[in-house]
This record gives sequence, C-alpha cells and structure tokens, in this order.
Amino acid sequence: MKILVPIKRVIDYNVKVRVKPDNSNVDLANVKMAINPFCEIAVEEAIRLKEAGIASEIIVVSVGDKSCQEQLRTALALGADRAIQIETSETLDALNIAKLLQKIVEEVQPKLVILGKQSIDSDNNQTGQMLAALTNMPQGTFASVVKVDGDKVNVTREVDGGLQTIALNLPAIVTTDLRLNEPRYASLPNIMKAKRKPLDVKPAADFGLDLSPRSTLLKVTPPATRQAGVIVESIDELVDKLKNEAKVIS
Amino acid sequence: MSVLVYAEHDNQNLKIETLKTVAAAQAMGGEITILVAGHNCQAVAEQAAKTNGVSKVVIADNAAYEHQLAENVSLLVTELARDYDHIVATALTTGKNFMPRVAALLDVAQVSDIIGVESEDTFVRPIYAGNAIATVKSLDSKKVITVRTTGFDAVAADGSAEIVNLDTVTDAGTSSYVSEELTVSERPDLGAASVIISGGRGMQNGDNFKLLEGIADKLGAAIGASRAAVDAGFVPNDMQVGQTGKIVAPDLYIAVGISGAIQHLAGMKDSKVIVAINKDPEAPIFQVADYGIVADLFEALPELESKL
Repeated sequence: MKILVPIKRVIDYNVKVRVKPDNSNVDLANVKMAINPFCEIAVEEAIRLKEAGIASEIIVVSVGDKSCQEQLRTALALGADRAIQIETSETLDALNIAKLLQKIVEEVQPKLVILGKQSIDSDNNQTGQMLAALTNMPQGTFASVVKVDGDKVNVTREVDGGLQTIALNLPAIVTTDLRLNEPRYASLPNIMKAKRKPLDVKPAADFGLDLSPRSTLLKVTPPATRQAGVIVESIDELVDKLKNEAKVIS
Repeated sequence: MSVLVYAEHDNQNLKIETLKTVAAAQAMGGEITILVAGHNCQAVAEQAAKTNGVSKVVIADNAAYEHQLAENVSLLVTELARDYDHIVATALTTGKNFMPRVAALLDVAQVSDIIGVESEDTFVRPIYAGNAIATVKSLDSKKVITVRTTGFDAVAADGSAEIVNLDTVTDAGTSSYVSEELTVSERPDLGAASVIISGGRGMQNGDNFKLLEGIADKLGAAIGASRAAVDAGFVPNDMQVGQTGKIVAPDLYIAVGISGAIQHLAGMKDSKVIVAINKDPEAPIFQVADYGIVADLFEALPELESKL
C-alpha cells in the first residue's frame, strides 16, 4: 500500500522566536528552518511501515515556495521514495492546504495518510482532520501507536485522561503525537542518493481551487512577560508568603 | 447572532472547562445553546442546563456518540451548525479532534485555541508555542472556534435552560472504539485544579513522585510533570504540563525540580502564583517564579508537607 506524508517547513524548534518591531508578524529572516518535528515523526512512521513490509511506497508532499524542497529532500534522505512540491509563495490557511492535499490524495490514492498533529509555528492542529473530512476518511489523531491489520488500522491516541484505542477502516488519516517514535538521522550516503530521487513540482494555481485567504492577521505581539519574584530563605518563609502575601493557601 | 457550544464530558459529568468556554461564547455575543452529544448522558444535560447565560441545551443521546468519535460527532455538529453563527468547542483533545472536520465540512477556516475575543469576528491566539500572540480576523460567514480555557473564567452554574432532545443519529460507520486506558485518580484533573504541584527531572525517578502526593493531598492539588520527567519514564504522559502536554493556569503552581525549559513554561506561565523549588540557583524557572527557594527537593518537600 502507498503512504502519503504531507510535511511542513517551519522554524527550527531550537530557535528563539522574535516578533517584528512593527508587530506585523514574527521575524523569520535568516533563521534556521527545518521539518516540523511532528512531520518528522510522520515520515519515520511511514518508513517503519515500509521496513515492516506493510507499505510499498512513501510519497512526501509539501506546500510552499522553492525553499521547502530542502525539507522534501531531507524526507527523501530519511527513506521516502518520491516527493511532490505544491508550489506557492502565499501563506495558506489550513483549509486551503487541506484542499490542495485532497487533490494529491485523489491522484496518489494512498491507503494511509500520516501527518504531524500540528506545526510548531501556527499551532493550528487542523490540517489532518480537515483533510480527513474532505476525503471522507476516518481519522486517528494524536497517535502514539499505529497498527495496520488487514483493511483496518488500529490507532492508540493520547487523550486528556490517558489513552484511547480506535479502529479505522482504510484508507485512513493518522496524525502523530510525540511518543509515536523517535525519528532516525539521515546517513550521508542516503543524503547523496536522495538528490536523485524524483521531486515533482506542481503550481498550486494549476489545481483550479479557490485559495483566497479565510482570515487576516491583524497583528502579532510578544507575550506578556512575567516579572521574576523573590527568593525566599526557608520553607517557613515560603509558607508565610503563600498564606499572607499571595493568599493562595489557607 | 447565536452560538453553539459543544459540551466536554464523560457521559456522567460536565467538565468545568465547558463553563469557561461558555464565558468565551458570551464575549462573542448572541444566544447560547449547549450541545451535549454522548450516550446515557442525561445527567450531563441537566448540569449543562444550569450554566449561566445559556438559553437551551440540546442533547443527542446515542451509542454513536458514546466515545466522541470524530467522524460521527462532526456530522452531527455540521448538521446543527446551519442555525448558528459561531460554533465553539473547548480546545481539549475531543474538541481538537473533531472541530477541524466540522470546519472543513462547512467550508470555513477554524480559529484554534483562542485566549481572547476582541469582537464577533476577531480573536486572540498564541502561536509559536506562546512565544508570540496573534490577533486574527476571520473572514468566513460562520466562525468555527476552539477555546483555550486558561484565558477565560468559568461562568456560574445557577441558571435553568430548557433541555431539548434530538433524535438525529449521524453514524459514519468508518471508525469504532476499541479500548481505553484512563488514569484513575482521586485528585482533581490538571485542567480543573486550582493548585498544581509538578515534578521534573530533578525528581530522579517515578517513586519519588510520592513526595509530592502528601503535599497535593493537603492542598487539594493535582500532580503534574515536565516533559523531561515524562520522557525519562518517571510518570505517564497524561501528567505532562507544557506545550506538548496540558496548558494550565491554576491559582498556585508549584514547580519542583523543574529547570524551566521554554516548552514547560508555555504550559504554565499564566498561573496566578508560581513557586519554584530547585537546587540550581541559575535555573530559568526562577525567572518566572513569584517565590523561589534554592534547596534540595528531598529536604524541602518533607518540610513543606509538615508545615502546611
């Protein structure tokens, strides 16, 4: 079976984010970019399913300008078989991304689509679920275990109170949580080989979709900062402060 | 103007987070209806009917909704959405799971995890793990919104709305519930607790989390953990507070043996009062703590327990 893995190019998770002085957005000029960590887990899960003989082909897809080819090449170096770049210079809403991915799903006909549960930039947590709705597929979000069993997939999900396991008819959508797996590193020979793997570029405009924005970003500000408080010398002083100054315990 | 609020519950009890979501809905304006979808969940509807400022509670009681499967619930909510301008759910795992499906079925965008309402179409939400705050204006005719409850105070529960039964059954038939492993605890939920005590890598192992239990019992607190403690295998992931775990804002948050990584701060920095216990005076947690104590937690915790 084929597995489709949509991935996103985002700011590297180690980089401290700064808001632009004019409050128009965050400043991404000259910062290190990487595959969104949750997407990396999605790629790894697809590779493991291929290594286990369950998947036959892994197709990675990303929506963005030419720079996202770097992340597609990384996914190819990790073990994906081919890549598709949907080219656009616009920053699209999750709904429009999902509509573009729907077209790729129709073309590729994957049995499983694995995505990260959210990207660490916009923190929306929407694309996988929206794609599931548009393609009329069931979804297993926030997955910590994925087990393909014939024409079904069992997904164990991280929910508020613990874990929930559900069974989905294939084809299905899975979105990854942190504990699903630990992604591997690409080896140098594989990075070299990835340069020769196919990467198709398809302009977003060619899909005939209305991709007009659904929201306007009015402003971006830094979060309120917390003032450091006091260092107390003893537990007695701490208990006294909590009772009499902060009045949070009685 | 009218708002549909999706109730978070376990078929027995309405979660307090729903009362906070209703507060957000009130800020959007208009008549508020709560939808209770579940199975054998009449008690939840009765609790929801007491929510202040709510005019109607709609209950969809069917086995198809028992486990909140996104495929079934999203069809139900999409069908009801016709009559409402705002469709609002709590940004907990249930709402996060099914709401984007509703948005896609309605062909509108979703505004996730809002912490503020500026007007009926403009919302405030954290991005980049809370390192930036965005103000977003939705251009769609219908607004599909999930609410991060730490931004809102719960409304009172002294109202009396009418309860309407709904016969609609939407069963997609593509997914089914298999099993559940829920953590059983006598303590309050992390999302509902007014006091939280969390342990980090400094706890050294899972057994040492017992040192937090006595204090938690005296304060009526929930027990949390940092991602470092979860990744080290000390405690299960559902205890995790942080960007990738639960976002909390209790009256009192006590961080024990937690260095204060950005990803942890993202989950607790809106707490009213923060206490840090750490033996490293340079730990970043002290920069956000109202009260810090530089001490060995294995000495400080028993002493704190004895003096509460």
